[in-house]
Amino acid sequence: MTSANAPLLPKLIGERVKRREDPRLIRGLATYVDDLKLPGMLHLAFRRADIAHGVIRRIDVSAAAAMEGVELALTGAELAEHLGPMPIGTPFPAPDHYSVAVDRVRYVGEPVAVVAAADRYLARDAADAIEVEYDELPAVVDPEAAMADGSATLHEGFARNVAVGGYQGGTGVNAETAQAEDDSAMDAAFAEADVVISQCMLNQRLAPNAMEPRGVVARYEAGSDYLTIWSATQNPHILRTLAAGMLGLGEHQVRAIAPEVGGGFGCKINIYGEEYAAAALSRLTGAPVKWIEDRTEAFLATTHGRDILGDVEIAAKRDGTILALRAQLLADIGAYEVLLTALIPTLTGMMMNGVYRIPVVRHELTEVFTNKTPTDAYRGAGRPEGLYFVERAVDMLARELDMDPAELRRRNFIPAAEFPFPTQSGLVYDSGDYEAALDTALAAADWESLKAERDAARAEGRIVGVGMAFYVEVCGLGPSSVVPTGGWEHSGVTIERGGKVTATTGASPHGQGNETTFAQMLADHFSVPIGDIAILHGDTGVVKQGIGTFGSRSQAVGGAALMLAAGRAGDKMKRFAAALMADHEASPDDLVFESGRIQVAGAPEVSRSFAEVADFAYVPVPLPAGLEPGLSEEAFFEPENNTYPFGCHISMVEIDRDTGEPRLLRLIAVDDCGNVINPLIVEGQVHGGLAQGIGQAMFEEVVYDEDGQPLTASFMDYVMPRAADLPAFELERTVTPTPVNPLGAKGVGEAGTIGSSPCVVNAAVDALAPFGVRHVDMPLRPERLWRLIHDRDQNGGQP
Amino acid sequence: MSETVPITVRVNGRERTAAVAPRLLLVHFLRESLNLTGTHVGCDTSQCGACTVLLDGRSVKSCTVFAVQADGEEVQTIEGLAAGDDLHPLQDGFWEEHGLQCGYCTPGMIMSALNLLRENPSPDDARIREGISGNICRCTGYQHIVNAIRNAAERMAPA
Repeated sequence: MTSANAPLLPKLIGERVKRREDPRLIRGLATYVDDLKLPGMLHLAFRRADIAHGVIRRIDVSAAAAMEGVELALTGAELAEHLGPMPIGTPFPAPDHYSVAVDRVRYVGEPVAVVAAADRYLARDAADAIEVEYDELPAVVDPEAAMADGSATLHEGFARNVAVGGYQGGTGVNAETAQAEDDSAMDAAFAEADVVISQCMLNQRLAPNAMEPRGVVARYEAGSDYLTIWSATQNPHILRTLAAGMLGLGEHQVRAIAPEVGGGFGCKINIYGEEYAAAALSRLTGAPVKWIEDRTEAFLATTHGRDILGDVEIAAKRDGTILALRAQLLADIGAYEVLLTALIPTLTGMMMNGVYRIPVVRHELTEVFTNKTPTDAYRGAGRPEGLYFVERAVDMLARELDMDPAELRRRNFIPAAEFPFPTQSGLVYDSGDYEAALDTALAAADWESLKAERDAARAEGRIVGVGMAFYVEVCGLGPSSVVPTGGWEHSGVTIERGGKVTATTGASPHGQGNETTFAQMLADHFSVPIGDIAILHGDTGVVKQGIGTFGSRSQAVGGAALMLAAGRAGDKMKRFAAALMADHEASPDDLVFESGRIQVAGAPEVSRSFAEVADFAYVPVPLPAGLEPGLSEEAFFEPENNTYPFGCHISMVEIDRDTGEPRLLRLIAVDDCGNVINPLIVEGQVHGGLAQGIGQAMFEEVVYDEDGQPLTASFMDYVMPRAADLPAFELERTVTPTPVNPLGAKGVGEAGTIGSSPCVVNAAVDALAPFGVRHVDMPLRPERLWRLIHDRDQNGGQP
Repeated sequence: MSETVPITVRVNGRERTAAVAPRLLLVHFLRESLNLTGTHVGCDTSQCGACTVLLDGRSVKSCTVFAVQADGEEVQTIEGLAAGDDLHPLQDGFWEEHGLQCGYCTPGMIMSALNLLRENPSPDDARIREGISGNICRCTGYQHIVNAIRNAAERMAPA
């Protein structure tokens, strides 16, 4: 019974533990949606609009329906007899939006008909055989023109295409009405200012492009009225709720499964028309059905991100003190509101304080419909846009004042002693030490040397710049007051007979590595080998409740729920152990988990093995007083506040004088995501975020022509960052735990994305400053940069 | 579409015979006919590389090769890389260095890296980045992939 000779298990939290997900993935043995095969399964294909705006004059599916191997072909109007308009998850008014368009199309790629056929090639042939004729309407493409007199409109009841109009936030604004009531502070700040910076900037439209396109398999069992739906989704529990509602079922009649999911980045939060259509067609055909998106469909019909025009003004004193910031935000949300569409730009408005103690901050947000793909979350979702606007404007202020951008930022930081800090924009930043992160970044980059290096390169005639950006974001979402889908997370922890531990989590990872980090946490909590722990997720038949993975919330909310459940299971287990050690008069409070045993603290000779206690809990003879048998506990966790990670990114950019091609030479990132469970995974998250932020800064842009035709509908036209485009990133961390969850973890999924875009653009503008350039919109296209260089060159270097 | 063509392809060392539609893509032959679903489809234009396999020892994007073009040839997929439970050094390298997150691009990335290391057993980082530039990863920012391939190259180097 003594454990004196048992090896002590090392603590795993904070260690670079190799991922437990990887063996199946590196061997090609993981199961993504498209890998599923069910007997008798049909394949769906959608016929999609090839014009941006028009009324369906005639649609005829008869040729498709008559093809051999085609089981069913339905128009939108026919499908609408089985599926109503799709639900959204925001409180804003929204027009009806059907899974498949009923009488009118509003963006290229909107489905107009669906076919089910014996294989995917036949389904595609059949969809192509459907005849559709439209009466074309003028396309609404430019968001400003969309609001002008005489513009065509997309939806009845939304005059001038305005979905959300004049929604205000900040100083002097009534939070209930979202309308300004008192302009005196703003007026005074601008009257007092020595310097005013004003710039209109576009945070351009992006395609999320998870490498796995969307996909769904639906199986409706008529005998039991039970739907099983597998989907490449970030949130199977939301899918369960919404699919049940759309099909007139209870949640208990739907099992939603996110199998292996090949990335999400926000675009797999929305529950899409194709998912509902698949469920309906399985019910109608009596067969399981599969739909797998191709990449062009992903560009057309998977939600886009960003696309916000920001007109930003900063009022400041000559010494660099920022007095006020105001911003007009215009979001081009595309043709419809889907799950979180209208909510995302409101996050942009909330972030307009940045990391600064700006006494007066105000934004006004308008969202407009255009004949484009709907927008929704994309990594960072509203926060990258906000921080981009703030950090570009602050950089412009530094240039105007001829002040080091680090010094200007330092002068305006929210001091570490002032947290929790209520911002003018209505948030309460939980914790922060911005100066520490700045100092770490300046040291890591050797900022003074970096500037000297830039100057030396310029002296050689090279076009080189350095830039920095400092971000804060709101994540770890969050209390239910701010998350329309519910702001909690759920977990269950079962200690099985024999002592293995199985935990369920409503966080549904798709690359984030929670099977590893959550197992590290439980291994430490119970002091058992990590190999004895299983983390189950992504299946509402197994995980009773959940919200999902988005907003960098897995660890901060899901991890906290996990530890709450683990604490309950552990406490109960100690009571069983105490009963087994009754002859030693051990109190449960005196017991600790240590290397596979439960022992009296300080007296390891009094112990029982973890497995023995687990076995006893399931066959408790006699049943200890006050205990129920078994060791299976669950918990919901809802934080009292969001978390606010932050960081400082520094970069160096060179632009080729002859071609305009930008090259990112260095990127130094200091991120503070609070306490860290697995540094290896955190680094991976930061790297990926950086690449996406750099992708926005340098390469990526969804482009439409004046007729609303997308010009970037494949990887041939939409430039994704590739390995050779990026430098080796240089990472550092500072650690400022959050008080809002017991782990002190803030979340890291989106962080890298947020700081890197303004950082790289600031460096590019610094490079171009000798040519008189104050601002350049993203992406840093060579053609755009070449013109800035050469237009100025012709004027003797003058703007 | 009832017309089919008989083909014989040696896949991961095993001879496979099938009658396939002339338009069937190699990637669908592997995934649907042979149930080798480790090879993924990430685009349809041979840009992303998720579907990379080796055809007669050279990397190809199997979404842009017809199955009939592989008739009489040798195909190696991710499933054929490990010898039983012994992972290939590239698989070990990706695991060791956290060279993957969602895992979707990973099989294609590993097969491209295999092609790279056969042509250049000890590439520097710039060569590695160039060598995998036909493969898109949205998760990792590539840095850990570069580390993984360097790690594998070191494991594979003759002692």
